[in-house]
Amino acid sequence: MSNAPLLHGDGLGAVRGERVLFRDVSVTANAGELILLRGANGSGKTTLLRQLAGLSQAQAGTIERAGLHHWIGHTNGLKAHETPRSHLRHWARVWGSARDVDIILKEIGLQRPANVPCRMLSAGQKRRTALARLALEDRKLWLLDEPFNALDTDGQDLLAARIKVHRAAGGAVIAALHGASPIEADREVTL
Amino acid sequence: MTASPLLSAFRSSLSEAWASGAGLLLPLGFFAGTATMVPFTLGSEAELLSRVGPGILWLALALSSMVTLERVFQADLQDGALDLWLQDSGSISLIAAIKTLTHWLVSGFPLVLLTPLIGFMLGVPSEKMIPAMLGYAMGGLVFFLWGGVAAALSASVSRAGLLIALIALPLYVPALIFGVQMVENGLDSPSFLFLAACTLFALGVAPAAMGAALRLAAE
Repeated sequence: MSNAPLLHGDGLGAVRGERVLFRDVSVTANAGELILLRGANGSGKTTLLRQLAGLSQAQAGTIERAGLHHWIGHTNGLKAHETPRSHLRHWARVWGSARDVDIILKEIGLQRPANVPCRMLSAGQKRRTALARLALEDRKLWLLDEPFNALDTDGQDLLAARIKVHRAAGGAVIAALHGASPIEADREVTL
Repeated sequence: MTASPLLSAFRSSLSEAWASGAGLLLPLGFFAGTATMVPFTLGSEAELLSRVGPGILWLALALSSMVTLERVFQADLQDGALDLWLQDSGSISLIAAIKTLTHWLVSGFPLVLLTPLIGFMLGVPSEKMIPAMLGYAMGGLVFFLWGGVAAALSASVSRAGLLIALIALPLYVPALIFGVQMVENGLDSPSFLFLAACTLFALGVAPAAMGAALRLAAE
């Protein structure tokens, strides 16, 4: 296994209007690590995570990524007319994944509402659908924005177990969280 | 980028359009409604209608192309689908082009098919019908592509209809001018070549502009 970090961001900064959100922040994610981004509301956790994901330009500093990553943002990326099954099949086709979508749905606890349009799902079921994308393709780095939001206790335990397995397999996770964390992190970056 | 993401984007856009139900018919209704009301405003004199008919249809096409543009990219930005397309640093320009072309296929191409009926109502001479349909197909594509650029630029703006019109309408003008002339002068006129050039230019430039605008919108 290579010792090179899966992601390294150095001297990162962000400005909103005249307000400096954060400056000179460095984040490194090595294989097997869980990094938590901490901070009060509006401190820039999501902004930093989006910079790390390449969705926003870093206004200062540099970011190096070793490969593709999975992104689960605040919004779940679901269309109102999609069902959990059609959503996963769509992204499986986009990513060229041959994984069995029905097995993924069963493992994430979405077997029953698999064919229900997302507009009729609960917030927790939508979150589970988004998190199910993580199983479509093996990607070493997961970038998760408030991943436990809207999940019930079972869902939180399920995600915590997924993260544990992913880390054990040499993956890394960077997650923005507020409140108590159901999982123990290797490092916390406080903004 | 392989064909698979593009085909998936096409299928997804088709099912999204289908799920919008009656919204799909909005441009068609706008186009038919505008053209049908013209005789009530200009009078029913056959010679006058046959002279202004093709121009009226071009105007109706240009305006009806903008009716549903607002939601083409805005929904992707709001529901987070845009982030998923952007995360792999694949070509968002191609995805945007596919979405716009699908939008043209479901909302713009039916207008071309409706042209003979509306043209007949307005007394457009039968020999001008084929050039008119070809012109509306090419011109409609130009309108939807530049409209797509305007929609991408205003994706993060709520109630962006006016902004889209302000950005897109000036870009429509060359295709509108050459399109009207082409219907008047026929397929062997230089106007046909100029309209074809407008279409190729839009096909070449608009996807890149949409991609850049969507990256900005996601910031």
